[in-house]
Amino acid sequence: MTTAPLTAPASRKLAMPRLLADTWFLTGRRLHALARQPAVIVGNLVQPAIWLFLFGSLFRRVVDIPGFGGGSYLGYLVPGVIAMNAMNASMWAGVGMIEEIDRGTLNRFLTSPVSRVALMTSGVADQAVTTALQSVAILLLGLLGGAHYPGGIGGCAVVVAAGVLLGTVFGALSNAMGMTLKQREAIIGFNVLLMLPLTFLSSAFMPSTLMPHWMRVITACNPLDWAVRAGRSALATGTDWGSVAARGGGLLALAVVCIAISVATFRSYQKSV
Amino acid sequence: MTIRGTTTDPCAVRAHDLGKTYSVRGVKGGVRALDGLDIAVERGIVFGLLGPNGAGKSTAVKVLTTLTRPDRGSAEVEGADVLRNPGRVRRLIGVVAQRSGSDPRATGRENLILQARMHGMGGHAARTRATELLDRFDLTEVADRLVKTYSGGTQRRLDVALGLVHRPAVLFLDEPTTGLDPEARAAMWTEIQRLASGDGLTVVLTTHYLEEADRLAQRLAIVDHGHVVAGGTPDELKGELRGDAVHLELASGSVPAEVRAVLEALPSVREVRVAGRGVSARSDNGAAAVPAVLAALERAGMPAAAVTVARPSLDDVFLRYTGRRYTPDNGQDTPATPGTRPSGDVADTDPTVRQEAAK
Repeated sequence: MTTAPLTAPASRKLAMPRLLADTWFLTGRRLHALARQPAVIVGNLVQPAIWLFLFGSLFRRVVDIPGFGGGSYLGYLVPGVIAMNAMNASMWAGVGMIEEIDRGTLNRFLTSPVSRVALMTSGVADQAVTTALQSVAILLLGLLGGAHYPGGIGGCAVVVAAGVLLGTVFGALSNAMGMTLKQREAIIGFNVLLMLPLTFLSSAFMPSTLMPHWMRVITACNPLDWAVRAGRSALATGTDWGSVAARGGGLLALAVVCIAISVATFRSYQKSV
Repeated sequence: MTIRGTTTDPCAVRAHDLGKTYSVRGVKGGVRALDGLDIAVERGIVFGLLGPNGAGKSTAVKVLTTLTRPDRGSAEVEGADVLRNPGRVRRLIGVVAQRSGSDPRATGRENLILQARMHGMGGHAARTRATELLDRFDLTEVADRLVKTYSGGTQRRLDVALGLVHRPAVLFLDEPTTGLDPEARAAMWTEIQRLASGDGLTVVLTTHYLEEADRLAQRLAIVDHGHVVAGGTPDELKGELRGDAVHLELASGSVPAEVRAVLEALPSVREVRVAGRGVSARSDNGAAAVPAVLAALERAGMPAAAVTVARPSLDDVFLRYTGRRYTPDNGQDTPATPGTRPSGDVADTDPTVRQEAAK
């Protein structure tokens, strides 16, 4: 009897480096695939430009409404469009997950010793890279359009980070839905249902001081609004770092919870497969 | 829990009393995919799980490869328990599933390197191993093309290479040649034979092709309705059937049940079975029995449309143990005798496919 094949499997590594290494390889796989599709990258960058142009033109006069506080609407809009774009781009992650299930790729990974957590974190990490690039593009477009960011580089970094965290929340939830429902239609329906209400139940386009009371209550619970406010505050003069930290911390906690939920869906997947 | 050393147990894979029922909307009590499946696979052989679609073969492989959990029973791979120690099992096994699983948006080489890295191999070792496998599976020419441009046979070769990257002790091949053209199938058969003879690897192969099982597997388990109905070497299984098989296709006016009664009265044939519009029987000398059979049917006014005489095949083994003729493309074929299970109570297709079918 030959024992050669038995001795070959790799040595065990510590859990944390393993998780990071697996996330790195799996994220690299996704980004590599993305890099091969220049049209998708261009599309990813053009879409936020359209948001910025459309909403910037449509709501230009909003600043004149008493109570808005004046200033440049474009400057007001940039963090809103960044958050909206981050959510919109990440909500579809679950469709990719379903593709991997259908193709059998996920099963191949699951029968290997790869970290289950890494399977989920890589599913949001590639999205985070895309979201960060898009957010930077929006900031630059805003700058071209005449917006000012008194918060400087630090403020810009906070806006990008808030967008990435928000994207992670929705990306992880979308992956969890893909894993449990396994139907594209469910994700499409859910996204269509949620996208506009979540966008408009926030201060992305309109300050909440101008909203009816009930809307203000909902807006305060909307993670999209947390990202918008944290970003806007960081970009402005006289940043209230306490509130930025509170909202940013809230987003971070929620992102961790959502990733945990998506990892937990492996259990239900294992039952149904 | 018994700790079994890998050296003392001659079996690489053991499964005991595996049971699994999938809950499916609209099906009361769910779909029973495994119902007391037992197997023991000796190390270093090609072991075939043969059965029609829906027999439970794929579910058995999913349990053995830690993809899904059984409702009852236990299984071990090289002494590692699939439920208690799935991490260890995953390092010991290679899996080539029914569906490709390769990443279509990456090249063959990238797929192999990623698989190696997921098994904890270092960068240099991963690249070397990938090159080695590309060469071995005749993939060097297409190595740096995207997998989505590969032909079916080429993709399948890459799938097998992916299963072997980390030099597993046990390789699971789930329907490795389904959907391949005859040429690619023949090439895959050669490859599987080479795997088993050269590397001391244990191969667990599922197939619904009788010919494939006959040709590749040193030992077979015939699976039907979620459990093993017969096991042994292909020759042993065929040897249990004495004599030739006589198959009759009935003319449109003939009633199968009456034809059976007529044949059962003849001394030259035995084990008469009805399967759909066909009737099968065994005879010590098939060629000699045919004239008597045809004459008896003419007298009874129940003529046959066609008659064939064949040496025993796995097809006959299947008929004997399940009471049904083997039709690989449809596991739920006509029950041969009254009292056999209703069709449709077993499925091992994967759930996404099943859900689509249920719509």
